[in-house]
Amino acid sequence: MILDGKCPKGPIQTSWDRHRFDLKLVNPANKRKYKVLVVGTGLAGGAAAASLGELGYNVEAFCYQDSARRAHSIAAQGGINAAKNYPNDGDSIYRLFYDTIKGGDFRAREADVWRLAQVSNNIIDQCVAQGVPFARDYAGYLDNRSFGGAQVSRTFYARGQTGQQLLLGAYSALSRQVKAGTVKLFARTEMLDLVVVDGEAKGITVRDLITGEIRTHVGDAVVLATGGYVNVFYLSTNAMGCSVTANWRAHKKGAFFANPCYTQIHPTCIPQSGDHQSKLTLMSESLRNDGRCWAPKKKGDNRHPNDIPEEERDYYLERKYPSFGNLAPRDIASRAAKEQCDDGRGVGPGGRGVNLDFSAAIKRVGEHTIRERYGNLFEMYEKITDENAYKQPMRMYPAPHYSMGGLWVDYNCESNVPGLFVLGEANFSVHGANRLGASALMQGLADGYFVIPYTIANYLAKTKPGTVSADHPECKKSVEDVKAYNNRLLNINGKKTVSEFHRELGKIMWENVGMARSEESLKDAIKRIPVLREEFWQNVKVTGKGEELNQQLENAGRVADFLEFGELMAKDALHRNESCGGHFRVEHQMPDGEAKRDDENYCYVGAWEFKGVDKEPELHKEPLTFENVHLAVRSYK
Amino acid sequence: MNLTLHVWRQSGPKAPGKLEQYEAKNVSPDQSFLEMLDEVNEHLIKEGKDPIAFDHDCREGICGMCSQVINGVPHGGQERTTVCQLHMRRFNDGDTIYIEPWRALAFPIQKDLIVDRNALEKIMQAGGYTSCHTGGVADGNAILVPKQDADYAMDAAECIGCGACVAACPNGSAMLYTSAKVAQLAALPQGQAEAAERVCAMTEAMQEAGFGNCSNHYECMAACPKGINVKFIAKLNREYQKALFK
Repeated sequence: MILDGKCPKGPIQTSWDRHRFDLKLVNPANKRKYKVLVVGTGLAGGAAAASLGELGYNVEAFCYQDSARRAHSIAAQGGINAAKNYPNDGDSIYRLFYDTIKGGDFRAREADVWRLAQVSNNIIDQCVAQGVPFARDYAGYLDNRSFGGAQVSRTFYARGQTGQQLLLGAYSALSRQVKAGTVKLFARTEMLDLVVVDGEAKGITVRDLITGEIRTHVGDAVVLATGGYVNVFYLSTNAMGCSVTANWRAHKKGAFFANPCYTQIHPTCIPQSGDHQSKLTLMSESLRNDGRCWAPKKKGDNRHPNDIPEEERDYYLERKYPSFGNLAPRDIASRAAKEQCDDGRGVGPGGRGVNLDFSAAIKRVGEHTIRERYGNLFEMYEKITDENAYKQPMRMYPAPHYSMGGLWVDYNCESNVPGLFVLGEANFSVHGANRLGASALMQGLADGYFVIPYTIANYLAKTKPGTVSADHPECKKSVEDVKAYNNRLLNINGKKTVSEFHRELGKIMWENVGMARSEESLKDAIKRIPVLREEFWQNVKVTGKGEELNQQLENAGRVADFLEFGELMAKDALHRNESCGGHFRVEHQMPDGEAKRDDENYCYVGAWEFKGVDKEPELHKEPLTFENVHLAVRSYK
Repeated sequence: MNLTLHVWRQSGPKAPGKLEQYEAKNVSPDQSFLEMLDEVNEHLIKEGKDPIAFDHDCREGICGMCSQVINGVPHGGQERTTVCQLHMRRFNDGDTIYIEPWRALAFPIQKDLIVDRNALEKIMQAGGYTSCHTGGVADGNAILVPKQDADYAMDAAECIGCGACVAACPNGSAMLYTSAKVAQLAALPQGQAEAAERVCAMTEAMQEAGFGNCSNHYECMAACPKGINVKFIAKLNREYQKALFK
C-alpha cells in the first residue's frame, strides 16, 4: 500500500494556515459531549490534555508514574528551539525548517517540519505566560544559546533543566484543568491495549498499578503520547519505565510502525562503569558550546588527560568539521567518538570514552561563568563518576537516547487507525533519520499545544459522540485478553528474571542494531531475538500476583513487548539498504566515513503492518518529496 | 563491599509492616544505591520471594519519583542528592543501613517503600499555575523579566516534588514545597494577577491534605535534593499576609 500523508498542497509558507481553515470545527456547546483519552503526560500528552480540556472536551489523562509531573520529558536538559531570531543572527522559520530537514538527513515530511518551525515561536510565548523561568539577560530579555546542527543561536533554556521547567509549565496547565473538572487524571495507570471498534480507536484497556485492576476506558478518540522505545537497548538515557508497550499494543491492533530503525545515539553520555549499571546518564549537548571533544593522538595513551600536551591531542570534531566544529549534529558526533575508540585511542575504563574538555573555556570566561551555565551538570557528573570536571575533562561515550521512528501518522497526527492520534516522540513525523538538539521539546509542545487541538476536531466533527460503552463486546474481549496475557506471564515460573532477559536483548540490540549496522549483524539479530523471546516465554520468573502492586509484572509486560519490537527494528534496519542519519549501515559510507544515502531507492517512510508474532510484517511506503529543500549530500564541513 | 540492610516491608496500605534484614554482597562503590537494591531484588526473585517495591524512574535525580529514608534521613543525607544519585562509595564495607519509606500523615504507604503522594497534587491543583489559555498570549519579550527575578523564580522552580521536605519535617509540613511554587509565580509578572488568590488557595489545600505547619526546624532544606531555600517559606508567609489585606 502507498500511504498518503495528506499534506496540504501549494506553497509551504501558507500550508498550515490554509489547512487550519479547511479543518472541520466542533461547536463550543458540543465539545463537552466528546471524550478524549490521552495516554502519557509528558510535554506532548500533558500539553494536549490541558489544551483539549481548556477547549471544553472531556479528557481522561493517563500516566504510569505517581504524578503527571514525572514523565521523562522532565530530564531534558539543554533547551528548546524557536525561530524567534531575537539575537539578530539570521534565523527565520525557513532556516529552522531547513536545518531540521537537513539535520534529519532528508527523511522527514516537509509540510510537518514547516509547521513545527512555524509554531515554535508560539511555544516560547506560551511557556513564558505560564511562568516558565527561562534564562534572561540583565535587561530582562530572553537569552539564547547554541546547539548542534545550527549556526544560529535559537535555543531557549532554563539553566540545565529546560525540560523540567517546560514540563512543569504543561503540568500546571493540566493541574488547572483537573481543578476545573475538564480533565480526569489517572496516575499509576498503564495502558495495555487499544480497543478498536469497527476499525476506529474507541478506548484503551489499562492496568491500575496499585490494585492490579484491569479495566477499559472508552472515548471518542485516543491520543497516544507515550514516548520512545530506546530502552530496547536496555541501557539508555530513558527513564526505567519508558517502554514501547502502548505503541506496540496499538501496533498489534493495526497501527503502522514507521521507521523503527531510526534511533538516536547521543554523543555525550557518561560511560558505563560496570555490569551492574541500570541506565546511562546524558550530559546536555549544550556542553559542546564550551567543551571541546578530543582523544589522544597516540593509541593506548593512558596518561592522565591533564598530562597529555596540547600537540598530542586530536580535537577530532574541529579537525573533521571545521565550520560546525564541536557543534556537529549528534549522529555525526557519535560516530566520530566511536571511530576514535575503535581506533584504540579511547580513554577511561575499557577505552570506551573520549574527553570533553572545558579548560579552554574556563581560561577564556572563568570558572564562575562555566559554573553558572552548567553547574548542575558538573555536579551530576561528579556524583556519578567522582571526578571534578572543572579540573579535568569529562569522559563521554555515546548512548541510546531518542527514537525518531514511531507510529505512522498523517499530517493531522492521526495514525492509519481512524481516531488514534499519536504525538511527540511516539510518532515518527518530523525528525527524519536524526533529531537535532533542542528539537524534541519543541515537537512535544508543538503537537500538544498547537496541532492536536485543531486536527482532532476534524475527526470528532465527523463522529457521533459516546457510541461505545464499556460493556461493548470489544471492551470485554480486550480486558479478557490482557488478563490472560498477564496470567501467562505470572504462571511461567521459570528460572531467569525479567531483567536478565532485558539485559540479554539489550546486548543483542546494541551490538547488532546499534551505532553501526551491517547485513550480517542484522541477520544475526533477526535470528537470535526470536530464540530469546521463545526462552522468555518458557523460562521467565515473575513473582507475585496480578491483583496487587507488582513491579515485576509491569516490567515483564514491557520486556515481552521489546522482545517482539526489537525484531521489527532489526528487520527495518536490514531492509533500509542505505545509511541515513542515525541509521548507519557500514556497507554504505562515503570514502571519508560519512553516511551515504540512496535517494533513488529509499526516499520514503517505511511503515510496517503487524501480521502476528513470528510472522513477516508487511511494509507500506510513503514516498517523500522535496519541493522546498534541495535533496543534497549533508555536509557540516 | 558487603552490607547489612534493614528494609521496611509492608504488603499493603492496611497491612502491618516491619523491618526485615537482608545481606547485600559484593557491592561495587560505583553502583548507585538503587542499583544495589536492584541486585538484592534479583536474589529475592530467584529465591521465589517478593522483591522490595520502591519508586524510581529517571534515575538521574530530576523526576522526583524516588523516595527512601536511609538511616533516618530522606534521600540518604548527601547534600543536594536524590536516592538514585547516591552512590555506594559513600558507604563502607560492613555498614548496616536502614531503609524506610517517607513517613508522614499525608503520605499513606502503598507497599514497602512506596507511598501515595497525591496530597501534593491537590496543593498544585488548588492554584499552582497562571490561568492562561493555550494561544493568544503576548510575545515572550513583551513583558520584561529582570535577570534577578528570573533567577529567583528559577531557584524556587527547581523543586522536583519528591516530598523529602515533608518526610524530613517533624511536623510533616509541606511548606517548602508549597512555598517554592508560590514564590516562583509571585516573582514573575505573569503570576501577579492571581497572586493573592493563589497563595490562599494553596495554603488552604495544604492544610486540608493533612500536612502540618512550619515551626522553623529547617530540616526540609537540609533534606531537599535541589537545595530549595527556606527563605521561600518566609516569602510564602509574606504573600499570605499580603493577601489577607486585599
